[in-house]
Parts: sequence; structure tokens; C-alpha cells
Amino acid sequence: MRNLISLTVNGVPTTVAVEDGEALLDTLRDRLGLTSVKRGCEVGECGACTVLIDGKAVDSCLYLTVWAEGKSILTVEGLRKADGTLSPIQQAFIDECAVQCGFCTPGLILSALEIVMSGKEYTREELRKRISGHLCRCTGYENILNAVEKAIQMSRSAPQPK
Amino acid sequence: MAVGQSIPRVDAFAKVTGEAKYTADLVPANAYVAKIVRAPVASGWVRGFDLTEAQAVPGVVRIFTCFDVPDIQFPTAGHPWSTVPSHQDICDRKLLNAHIRVWGDEIAVVVARDRISAERAARLVKADIEVLPALSTPDEAMAPGAPCLHEEKPGNVVVHSQFHLGDGTFDEAAATPGAVVVSGHYSVPAVQHCHMEPVHSFAYMEGQKITVVSSTQIPHIVRRVCGQALGIPWSRVRVIKPYMGGGFGNKQDVLVEPLAAWLTTQLGGHAVNIELSREEVLGCTRTRHAFDWDVQAVASPDGTLLARTYCAKSNQGGYASHGHAIAANAANVFKQCYRDRVSLDSESYTVYTNRPTAGAMRGYGIPQGCFITEALTDDLAYALGMDPLEFRLKNCVQAGYVDPHNGITMHAYGLDQVLEKGRAAIDWDAKRRLYQNQTGDRRRGVGMALFTYKSNVYPISLETASCRMMLHEDGRVTVQMGATEIGQGADTVFTQMAAESIGLPVDAIDIQSVQDTDVSPFDTGAYASRQTYVSGMACKMTGESLRGKILDYAAGMLERSAEGLTITDGQIVDETGQTVLTVADVGMESCYSLTNSRHLTAEETYHCEQNTFATGACFAEIEVDLALGQIHVLRLVNVHDSGRLINPKLAEAQVHGGMSMGLGYALSEEMLFDDACKPLNANLLDYKIPTAMDTPKLEALFVEVDDPTGPYGNKALGEPPAIPVAPAIRNALLHATGVSVHSLPLTPQKLIEHFRAAGLLGGEDHV
Repeated sequence: MRNLISLTVNGVPTTVAVEDGEALLDTLRDRLGLTSVKRGCEVGECGACTVLIDGKAVDSCLYLTVWAEGKSILTVEGLRKADGTLSPIQQAFIDECAVQCGFCTPGLILSALEIVMSGKEYTREELRKRISGHLCRCTGYENILNAVEKAIQMSRSAPQPK
Repeated sequence: MAVGQSIPRVDAFAKVTGEAKYTADLVPANAYVAKIVRAPVASGWVRGFDLTEAQAVPGVVRIFTCFDVPDIQFPTAGHPWSTVPSHQDICDRKLLNAHIRVWGDEIAVVVARDRISAERAARLVKADIEVLPALSTPDEAMAPGAPCLHEEKPGNVVVHSQFHLGDGTFDEAAATPGAVVVSGHYSVPAVQHCHMEPVHSFAYMEGQKITVVSSTQIPHIVRRVCGQALGIPWSRVRVIKPYMGGGFGNKQDVLVEPLAAWLTTQLGGHAVNIELSREEVLGCTRTRHAFDWDVQAVASPDGTLLARTYCAKSNQGGYASHGHAIAANAANVFKQCYRDRVSLDSESYTVYTNRPTAGAMRGYGIPQGCFITEALTDDLAYALGMDPLEFRLKNCVQAGYVDPHNGITMHAYGLDQVLEKGRAAIDWDAKRRLYQNQTGDRRRGVGMALFTYKSNVYPISLETASCRMMLHEDGRVTVQMGATEIGQGADTVFTQMAAESIGLPVDAIDIQSVQDTDVSPFDTGAYASRQTYVSGMACKMTGESLRGKILDYAAGMLERSAEGLTITDGQIVDETGQTVLTVADVGMESCYSLTNSRHLTAEETYHCEQNTFATGACFAEIEVDLALGQIHVLRLVNVHDSGRLINPKLAEAQVHGGMSMGLGYALSEEMLFDDACKPLNANLLDYKIPTAMDTPKLEALFVEVDDPTGPYGNKALGEPPAIPVAPAIRNALLHATGVSVHSLPLTPQKLIEHFRAAGLLGGEDHV
């Protein structure tokens, strides 16, 4: 059965027709063309499909789109400023060489954004736990942690962009 | 200078914004979905099918079985083709197979309009299967009366090879007065690549041309194998490689591409999509080979290595894939790392079994070979009562080494500096003393392992690479490589090399990240840590050629000789240092001149007949919790001698990733099977690759010794970081506890058994 779901995707109010059992991952990729949301395992093991739902990092492969009624979804396609420049967390991933194959990158950037937006202080060990739902086979996480720490520092020293 | 700078990755922007399109992001919306029907046993014969129920599923387009495909056997290894038949890869599979050799073998395929229909119908395909006993190990497969997997290889041995070096024998060496002998049986399990992007290909036709879009390290080889598998001229196939989410060798094999290519030919050229699930990738593509060894080593009382014997059995699984090349590589590193003064006897078997097919994986047999080499080395040093680093310094390979079999030469030698740098970084001497007499439930140790690694596949196989460049009206240059970016950073270092060789700033270079075999110059692809060394030389040669053409054209514009002109940072400069033109001036004039319009392009092939060894070592400091059987890695330091670094920051990142893979090999990764060879943990929950919480701080150090054979003094780096980590941790465990573990991974269950046997846990009632 088809359902009409109204939600906000990357700041844009959107209505989309979806099947009952449709995962948000498939809706975002196949119906809305947001291909940064990656299909790595489809059972919540790898974290590549992570998006922010009302600011919380969620595996979109495990989240039914019908649950997203009225919610706000953020993917990396929605992070750049209006003039096209990168968000601080995207820039930190580039500067810290935290990107290799790039398949885990969009999901990790969104978890990093959740961490930065929390405004909380985290030790390196706590950050390891916070990103442990993301599997990466290229980086050993070293530079990803550096990027997250850098983004946290930048958010403290700069006013938060609205 | 563009080379040697840590410029940001050229593809990072596209990857952090989601602009980078991977294979899954390019599938046409109306593509049919193909779902492979997999054998529910690991050994047997398909005698027939009942497709009635499956065909009745709405949405099913066609079902093809192993009885429908061309009667053509083809190879899958991502090796350069050999025009010499005796050197060609083994052709041992068809598109779909009636003879089942692995659990999940591809016996039929359902094509449907959508994924749900395809999966539903695939579950309803009924196969009549005659089940045979499944063979788990080389010993089972080599036993008399074992079922034969491939009629071309009775007895199931794919290849058996051996060599002897030295004038004496092991027994003579062992008879030396006071000689210390160690021997044992060692093993490593099958592990899997776990690239984050699953295996994925789709295919469609335009006229007679079959286009295959695939996540592959080896587009030109995929084209060849698709041509072979379908029995058609190779250039009728066009392979496109988009952005790639990792490969690590699994995608140095031809996987689902030929099936996708064949299906579109059977369906009027309609697009057909094959995206494997994570479970299929883990259980049904390729693995790192499991190995078993029986080895011996003997040293004189002063710690001089006299002789070793090596007998390896490499578990090939059901199909030949890369076959004996892996075992040969493992035997080579055992030989190349140390100097046996009396003799070395080496023997290797690669044997078909009903385990998943093993193929290429980062390090290509060297992680296995390094484990046995370095575990045995530490066990020998331990028996001698000698510091294992001192033992290595006394016996390891020296400058100028030439492999006696293939002639590969250590043109530059940094191993001595590697060992000293690692020794200082981990504070080796103090820690070895500090941890020598520990008691209690938590004990610490330091251990290390070294390796050598060649920089390409010459002279075992062909090495060739090519590059093409074109100058645009605005002075920018587009670079096309046949070599592939798979996540490792190849496009960035090629950009740096192109800028350096032409004389342009790096932001004046546009490299095409997508390979298209109808357009891209020829290259065999990403494997053997070859691209920076081999393809990099093609890039450098092409840049120098284009630079010459730009200067010639500039000389014409200036009505002078090109001699004395040079290009620096996009400016054409004369003998006096004056800027006389810009490259942009030349680009514009060369395109639009009314008297001499000439598109300035260059294309060169590097037929590489050179090779050299990279070396390196890992130093590990660990704490062992005896009661929990758990190893905590306190420090992990890799030191690499990979020649001059093209991009130090990327090199460091590459080392981090390899260390992480080595850490998983050491502590947690192991493919598990039941007695019938069915995978038990083919998913990312039960197959444990390291998470951020499992990973210590990763320290990457380098010694930069220019190698005269590399394009900029560089040599192999891509695979080496994964090699020495597991034996270094294993050797740190020996130091911490005195317990010599002969297998990987070092799981708590295994360690508790070892600690109990060693009396470290105080007997049964202690637990």
C-alpha cells in the first residue's frame, strides 16, 4: 500500500509516496536522488547509511519511511552553505585526510555533526565510542577522530552557523 | 614542487558532498534486477531444476540456469593476460555451474523487474542436487579417494612447487655443535576484505556494444574476461569504473561482471543490475587464503641463522582465482627476509577445497608469509635466549639483495634505518628489560616483525601502464590514466606527478577518476602496490612529453629555439628567468591559431622491466589480561621504507588503514565454517573487523631512501602496512607471557587455552 509522507529533507518540505515496508534509505536514494546515503549492509551493521533525523544519527536502512512523517532529515547534500561552500565538518574531513574511499564518509560526517551540535566535551576515548557504529576499512579511524576533534574545536571558536 | 607535498586529496570534495557517484548511484531506474540462486551445499552436482513456482512470481522476466549458459570456462584472476598459453590463468568456471564447488555457488539467476520479485523468485527455485562430501582442508582434499573438484586437476592439487637454496642441508646444519633447533606447525585462517562498498555491477547494450559498469580495480582485465566468458571479441565490451568504495584485492578479481554482461545480451540489451548483499560479499566472493605450515629453523649458538625448511599448504577453496601466485609469494617472503647460511628448503602446495574461493587480498600472500617467517624467527630467538631484534639485525636481508630466482633487486635499502627508527620509537631496549620478569594477571610485552615487498609483478608478469594528457585553451591539463583510484589516493599522487613533470600548479590539473575502457589508456589496474611506481612513471613520461610539446609550440610563437625555455608554475620562462609566455597563452594559440592550430596532447606507455623492494616493520606494545585472555594494544608503530613519499599525509593515512587491517588479522578476524563448509559468520556483526573502539592510536613513521628505479624515488606502499602487524602483536605476546601461539587470530578463547596449558592460570579450579 502506498502512503503519502510529508517530511522535511535538507530543509525542504517534501511529500513522497512510499510503500509500507520501505526503508528511509531506499526513499532517500531511489525516490529523492540523495545518493550520498550509502547501502553497505542493510542491517544496521556498518553505518554507511546514517542520516540525521531531527538531529539524531540513525541508520536509515533500519528506519521505515512511514515513521518519518513530520520529521526533519539531513544528509550531506544538505550541509553546504547557500553559496556552495563546505560546512566546517566537511572541511575538517578534507583537511585532516579523513577521506579515503569515501563510502563511509557521508555517514561519519553526519555522526560527527551530531557530536559537534551536542556542544558537549568528549575525550578521544569517548569519541571512539561515539563513532563506533561506523565501520571504515581504509583509515583505521585515526584521521577521522582528528577531523571530529578539529570540528569540535572550530565550533567552539566560531559562532554556530544557522 | 608538487611532488612531496601533502596536498588534499583531489577527490575529497566530491566525497564529502555526496557528489561522487559510485556504481550504485548510476544504475538506470528501469534496470532489471538479477538475483543469483546459490547452492545450499558446498559440494555436489545439480541434476535439474523445477522453476514452476519461481516463474509464477509476478515481476519475473526470465530465469537462467547452469544448463543455459555458454559452455565456456574462463579465468577470473586480475592478472595481465599472457599470450603464452603455459602462463595463462586457470579457466575453471562457467557463468553458472552445475558442478557445485563452494557453498553459495552460482547455479541459476532470476531476472525480475524489481528486487523484491527477484529475491522472492530466487527462493522458490528448486534445484535437484546430488550432494558430495565437502572438503575443508588441503589435507582432506589431498587424501586418497577425495572427491575431485575439477577434472583438470585430479587429486585437487592446483600447483605444487619447491626449491632448495644453499650447498648444504638442514640436517647438516642441525648437527652443528650447540645448534638450536625449533620446529612446529603454524596456521592462519581465511579472512575477508570487507570493503565498505559491496560488490556491484550492471550491464546494458547500445547496438552491439555491451557496457559493464562495475566497482572494479581492473577495468581492462574485466573487459578481457567478459570477452572470454561470452566468447566474443574483447572490444565489444566496454567497462566503466566509477568512484569506488574500496577493493583490497577482492575487486582485483572478476566477480559478477561476466554474468551481468551475458544477461543483457539475453534480454535485448536491457540494463541488468547485480548488487550483492553484504552476506554474499562475505561468504561468496573471495577471501584471503588460509595457510598451514610445517617449518623448522636452526641457528648456531651465537645466533647465526643456518638453515630453515618450509612446507606450506594454501587452501584455495573451490575455484583457482589467483591460485598458486599467493603461495609462491608467501614462500618468497620467507626466503627474502633472512639469510640462511647453509640451506633453505621450501615447498608449497595450493589445493582446491570446498571452502570459499580465495583470491587476492592486500599483501597477496605476504601477510601469511610474514606471519610464519616472523613467528618462527621470534620462536628461534626465544629458544636462543637472544633479543629478537638483535637476531634480526644479525640475520636479515642486506643492501643489494638479489632474489636468486626472479632477479628482483633491492635497489635502495632502508631496512636498517627502519629497525633503528622503530627501536627508538617504541623504546625497545628499555621495554624489553622492563618486562622480562613479570608476575601477576596483567603482563606487558613488546614485539616486532619486519617484511619485504616488491613494487610490482615484473618479471613474473607483464608490467605496462599508459597515460594521456591534453592541454586546454586556458592552460589547464586533463589527465587520463588507465590506473584506477579505488580509495587509496592514486588520483592525487598522479595529479602531483603530472603537475611536477609539466611544470604546472596542481590546481591546473584535472584528472579523470572514471576509467572507461573505450576511452582510457591501457593499464592493468590497481594491485601489487604497483600504480605509483609503474603507472606513475607513465604519468611522468607523458607529462615530460607534453611539456616538450608546449615548449616547442611556445618557441614557434616566440620565433626562437625551445632550448633554454622551461615551465615553472604555469609560466614559460627563458634563460634569464623572465616570463615570456604562460601555458595558457600556448593553450589558446595552439587551439585557435589561424596559421598553426594543433591540439597539444601527449600519450606514453611505460613498459616496466624494473622492480625493487620496499621494506618495513611493525613494533607493538601490548598488555595481556591473563584471566580474560585479552590483548590490549598499548602502542602500535609501523615504520616504512617506501622510498620517497609523493604525498606524506596520504602515505600516513594509507599506513593507518593497513595497520587497522593487520590489527583485525591479529586479534579478531576469522571466517568460520561448519563441517559442510557453510559460512557461519558471513556478516559484519559476527565477522569482527576493528571498530574505532578496538583500535589504538596508530603511529606511522617513514624512512625516505630514494630508489633510483621509481619515477620520483618512490616504491611500493599500498599493501605493505597490513603485513607486519599481526606477527608483531603475536611476538609481543610471546615476550609478555612466554607463550608461543602458532595461529591467528589471538582470540580470548584461544589464549585462555594456551595460558592454561602454560600453567599461567593456576590450574582448572582457578577459573
